[in-house]
Amino acid sequence: MSVNGQSGTGPHEFASHTTSGAARPVRRAMIVGGNRIPFARSGGAYTKSSNQDMLTAALDGLIARFGLQDERIGEVAAGAVLKHSRDFNLTREAVLGSALSAETPAYDLQQACATGLETVLGLANKIKLGQIDSAIAGGVDSASDAPIAVSEGLREILLDLNRAKTLPQRLQVLSRLRPKDLAPDAPSTGEPRTGLSMGEHQALTTAQWNISREAQDELAFNSHRNLSAAYDAGFFDDLLTPYRGLAKDSNLRADTTLEKLATLKPVFGKSLGTEATMTAGNSTPLTDGASTVLLASEDWADAHDLPKLATVVDGEAAAVDFVHGKDGLLMAPAFAVPRLLARNGLTLDDFDFFEIHEAFAGTVLSTLAAWEDDEFGRTRLGLEGAFGSIDRSKLNVNGSSLAAGHPFAATGGRIVASLAKMLQAKGTVDGRPARGLISICAAGGQGVVAILEAL
Amino acid sequence: MSDKYTTLVNQGVGRNIAKRLGLPQPALLRRYKPGQSLVTGPILVQGSTAGADQLAATLLSWDLDVRRHAVPREKLGAIILVLDELNRPEDLEKPVLSAASSLRDLGASARVITISRPAAETASPAQSAARQGVDGFLRSLAKELRAGATANGIVLSERVQSTSPSTLAALRFFLSGRSAFVDGQFLTVATEQGNLPPDFEKPLAGKVAVVTGAARGIGAAIARTLHRDGATLVLVDIPAAGDHLAAVANEVRGTALQLDISSAEAGQRIIDHAVRRHGRLDIVIHNAGITRDKLLANMDHGRWTSVLNINIAAQLRINEALLASEHFRNSPRIVSVASTSGIAGNRGQTNYAASKGGVMGMVRASAPLLAANGGSINAVAPGFIETDMTARIPFAVREVGRRLNSLQQGGQPSDVAEAIAFLASDAAGGINGDVLRVCGQNLVGA
Repeated sequence: MSVNGQSGTGPHEFASHTTSGAARPVRRAMIVGGNRIPFARSGGAYTKSSNQDMLTAALDGLIARFGLQDERIGEVAAGAVLKHSRDFNLTREAVLGSALSAETPAYDLQQACATGLETVLGLANKIKLGQIDSAIAGGVDSASDAPIAVSEGLREILLDLNRAKTLPQRLQVLSRLRPKDLAPDAPSTGEPRTGLSMGEHQALTTAQWNISREAQDELAFNSHRNLSAAYDAGFFDDLLTPYRGLAKDSNLRADTTLEKLATLKPVFGKSLGTEATMTAGNSTPLTDGASTVLLASEDWADAHDLPKLATVVDGEAAAVDFVHGKDGLLMAPAFAVPRLLARNGLTLDDFDFFEIHEAFAGTVLSTLAAWEDDEFGRTRLGLEGAFGSIDRSKLNVNGSSLAAGHPFAATGGRIVASLAKMLQAKGTVDGRPARGLISICAAGGQGVVAILEAL
Repeated sequence: MSDKYTTLVNQGVGRNIAKRLGLPQPALLRRYKPGQSLVTGPILVQGSTAGADQLAATLLSWDLDVRRHAVPREKLGAIILVLDELNRPEDLEKPVLSAASSLRDLGASARVITISRPAAETASPAQSAARQGVDGFLRSLAKELRAGATANGIVLSERVQSTSPSTLAALRFFLSGRSAFVDGQFLTVATEQGNLPPDFEKPLAGKVAVVTGAARGIGAAIARTLHRDGATLVLVDIPAAGDHLAAVANEVRGTALQLDISSAEAGQRIIDHAVRRHGRLDIVIHNAGITRDKLLANMDHGRWTSVLNINIAAQLRINEALLASEHFRNSPRIVSVASTSGIAGNRGQTNYAASKGGVMGMVRASAPLLAANGGSINAVAPGFIETDMTARIPFAVREVGRRLNSLQQGGQPSDVAEAIAFLASDAAGGINGDVLRVCGQNLVGA
């Protein structure tokens, strides 16, 4: 066995590196716990915080909660959707700024709103394969501190200017500069291939599935009510660390009512010819925030006297052809979940919690409607009929993105840590471990879904 | 939190001006740092009893520079007055007056320490008078000392030797820079219990300690001091203070537990966290506390109950859980933060003073319960300490609060932390049910 300069490695960690890959059995990947900072509406408490600031804060809270100071973690993976080019090594920089051992490797991942969940799945797979014994998954996003690029015209001029060698050459390059080139290019939630914003895309889907304004408002209302109750019950006491004076998600409206939500004017789908139903109340706002999840092998968790809340059972990604209008932009989970459940021999009745990310209330309701639709089940999923329906009392029981807000890449970590804690509290159901389903839609017509189980 | 006046009068021009105008000249106190020598010069041990001889021999065995007779004009680090066999007031004369002739030889931040017996433990009027006399003598002498020098006393119960573990531990505490802001105070060593640590630099090695209210101020200082002394830490504070708590936890390599100590399950959650994460629980420091000041005439229900609930009721509930737990039976130590407000009273603090008086009452009555498992419970009562909280007091009031003590300055959070770390150590195991003030000998309220 060669040491390969792996300083700081404990004896038990070496043990897992001594067998050859072929002989190494697949292990279980544990969720130890998580930490996030409260999510803040953009332009609010975190306006002056960068992605790196927030991710470092979320990491440091996790480190403090689990006593990971100076620990060399197997790998840290995180990402941001709105990312400055200078943040090419965002996660590694956050690790270096944290209390973790500086010998902890890290990589960035970017899969739109599925970024956070995908880091969990990727790292869990490495743990399962015995490549690493511990990992931190995470995500961060700042809509307040979003990168603004120069226009394409100015960018070409600046690059040519840099290549120009003589003064006349430089002057000639500069002479190409026009006033319109000076307008900055800000990021948007628009889809590059359709030019439609995410909200306008969802409005198409919401209308397609005939989702009513009332149903959307009710989902939003439940999200606020459930999140508020979770705070009151102390649910987030060991999931969240305050940041910049914020101790709760600033988007949470504990006192909102269905009546108040009903008064809001529609903001998306106003030119579709059908009634516009999507408001600021039943859509997620732009949000800043960061989340982290600590993953480990059973041995590593035990050796460090750490809790084991749940296991990462399986995950599935899907994508839809929204460009040609075959399916709605955010409908990929409607395909990913049936494939994932079929592979695991499960039905929707086998779950105790459903965490369906509330990008828009219409997204959740359209997905559920598709699963309950015979035609969709037969023609699109290849089943004999409808995929199934869920017990709504198991849906987003401690609130979701409509109340908490949605800092794109941070949502996955929020959901995984919360669900793991709920599963651990639930323990076993009818003699089997409590089970939870996570579904997250993402830009580009993508979706990532996963199954977690209590131990 | 800095005391600019003290800095000013310890520099050239400022020193001269203060001297000429007769202004207070607070000294820069010698505070403990790892590796620092116990005292700044030779120790003069006064007294001719067997206890004095044994003590001098022990000090010599620690390689300290010990004198049994004063050498004229030699700068001294400390004078120890062993008065453990007083029978009548006249017995004070010889040791006291010979110590008097050496007072001018005391260096900066030097120490005078008396070792005596409790007046309450004798039936003889003359003996009780002599013993009680030590109290008045020491407290007055403390007010006469200058340049950061302090005077404190150790009171030994009848059966306790002058070289018992806790006597020696208390002596080391008073001699060292750990007691910089403790002045004019007595510690009572009630039993021969206690174990001196193998390494005096790491007296808490191997111990798991919980500190409540650890996110900032005195609590954060306690965390740093216990960590320096070798303890593994669980740091508790309310969830809303979690960011500061995490920063302290990462600094001292402990774990953060966001928890409202006034919740019904707080005690059990503290025990579970310590045992599951760190395998054991040895020390609990009740530091969390709040103030909601108001004259009693204007006191409302919320101000009264929140202060009483968090400052004392929560401690009582947590202690009940601790005493019932099988995980808190191996020489368990509890130290509570009281306040001089609870002793001397403070205008506008009827609620706070009631809660802190309550802490001292709780400590006294809990002592036998802890002793049953070889443990102890004590309290530390801080006076004016330089914290974010006292920095918000209006300037004039703050200056009065600061200067009205024998050391003419406010204490630092670390001064409180040092006293707590000492009482939390196994070496202090013979001290139980006691209250130690860290107040620079506040001139008000005794």
